[in-house]
Amino acid sequence: MRLATREAFTGFRKAPLLSTLGILTIAFSLFAFGLFALVALNIRNALRTVEERVEIRAFVADGTSPEAISTAMGDIGSFPEVLRVTYVSPEEGLVRAKKEMSEFSDVFESEFLPGSMDIRLRPGFRDPTTVKAVAERAGTYEFVDDIGYGQEWVENLYKLRTLATFAGLALGAAFALVAVIIIGATIRTAVLARSREIAIMRLVGATDGFVRLPFLIDGFVKGVLGGLLALGMTWFASETISRSMIRTEFFDTRVAVLGVIAGALIGLLGSLFSVGRHLKEV
Amino acid sequence: MIKFQGVGKEYPRTGIALSHITFHVRKGEFVFLTGPSGSGKSTILKLVFMEEKPSHGDVRVSGVSGRGASRREIAKLRRKLGIVFQDFRLLEDRNAEANVAFALEVTDTPKAAIQPRVHRVLAQVGLASKATSFPRELSGGEQQRVAIARALVNDPFILIADEPTGNLDDRATRGIFQLLRDINSTGTAVVMATHDLDLVRRADCRVIELNHGRIVYDSAETPVGAPEPEPGRAPTGDTA
Repeated sequence: MRLATREAFTGFRKAPLLSTLGILTIAFSLFAFGLFALVALNIRNALRTVEERVEIRAFVADGTSPEAISTAMGDIGSFPEVLRVTYVSPEEGLVRAKKEMSEFSDVFESEFLPGSMDIRLRPGFRDPTTVKAVAERAGTYEFVDDIGYGQEWVENLYKLRTLATFAGLALGAAFALVAVIIIGATIRTAVLARSREIAIMRLVGATDGFVRLPFLIDGFVKGVLGGLLALGMTWFASETISRSMIRTEFFDTRVAVLGVIAGALIGLLGSLFSVGRHLKEV
Repeated sequence: MIKFQGVGKEYPRTGIALSHITFHVRKGEFVFLTGPSGSGKSTILKLVFMEEKPSHGDVRVSGVSGRGASRREIAKLRRKLGIVFQDFRLLEDRNAEANVAFALEVTDTPKAAIQPRVHRVLAQVGLASKATSFPRELSGGEQQRVAIARALVNDPFILIADEPTGNLDDRATRGIFQLLRDINSTGTAVVMATHDLDLVRRADCRVIELNHGRIVYDSAETPVGAPEPEPGRAPTGDTA
């Protein structure tokens, strides 16, 4: 292990330009991925805030007895998906409508709006299917005139989030693949540059694992350095955007560590594929 | 120790390199492989250290079969073989001592055991005073001595030498050959491929002569129907 580590660093020393280039390419690949991940993270955060406002409004017919409403609220409140149910009287509805749509406040009059049961769902139950199912169940009460939950809006919200997640995963996989190929190419050059040494190692009885180890360490170290550099660049980009444009959220420590581990894995995988293939040529 | 049994070797591009090769090398023997360029000498050596696999027949070296050996078994076998080439194959950025130590380092020898063994073999090949010299600072003969020291440091039971004197002048050639004889006298078998007929004539060793990939003469055996070789007979064939 000691010799392998020494050999790996000798590789760095012997070809500093190539090694730096390898690290930079991993860093830029991960940086591009990191930027997209940052965008996806912030979109998801924004969506989560919007999602928290998902609400079902069951409008109650005029003249419904408070007992019937109270019983219905108790029933609905016991649904496992439901966080809470609030009754909004016509007066409260008017105040809220004036507040939410202040530009039309002069057209609202007393008793203009019916009373409603506002149903909030638990986190994890705010997807379109659940929202629709709960809305339909709430609509089965005879005194419920109408149900509103912005079906289209909820569905579009979810489509956007799914799209962001899949685009992030697809782009991430593509960038990771590019980084693996690039690391593979730098390792290939290193293997060929050290072909004489490798041939001698084999002649004197070094095992394949032993011959491979320095290159794997090389790829791993390059991956870690590239990952750290990418993390620094992404942080800098995030800070710059936060200061000059809109406030953004950065990855938490766990995700940052995972990013560096991803860099290490990319370096290791690139080395593994490349060494396996090119050692046979030496 | 080394057994070739009906060995043939074919390459997809160049065709047949060896055919019907059968011979045995016993412990402590000194064997010359001679023959013209392209006659198959180097291919035989490559089959011995298992860089190549036979297309037909089998090669067994210390019980390891060239047909079925795994890469790991081959690596382990090579630790018990010493291999020397015409072009020395030294690492230019390491001094003599480090070149020899390299063979022990890559086979996971404990660090404490490396230095004494390196010094012992460098002294054995007469290079104790040049341990810190780099290959570029050494003559051809001295570089070959470093290569031999590297081959010896694992205490091999067979030393394989492919034209070890091919790049050396007469004086250096005699020195290297004497060194190989000394090594042989300690019980290590030596198989040496060479073009140098004078060297072969002067030595009283077993000679296997190859031509067009076949054994045409083996001083240890008399082929059926062939005339008895005259005492001291030099092998025939173009050795240019």
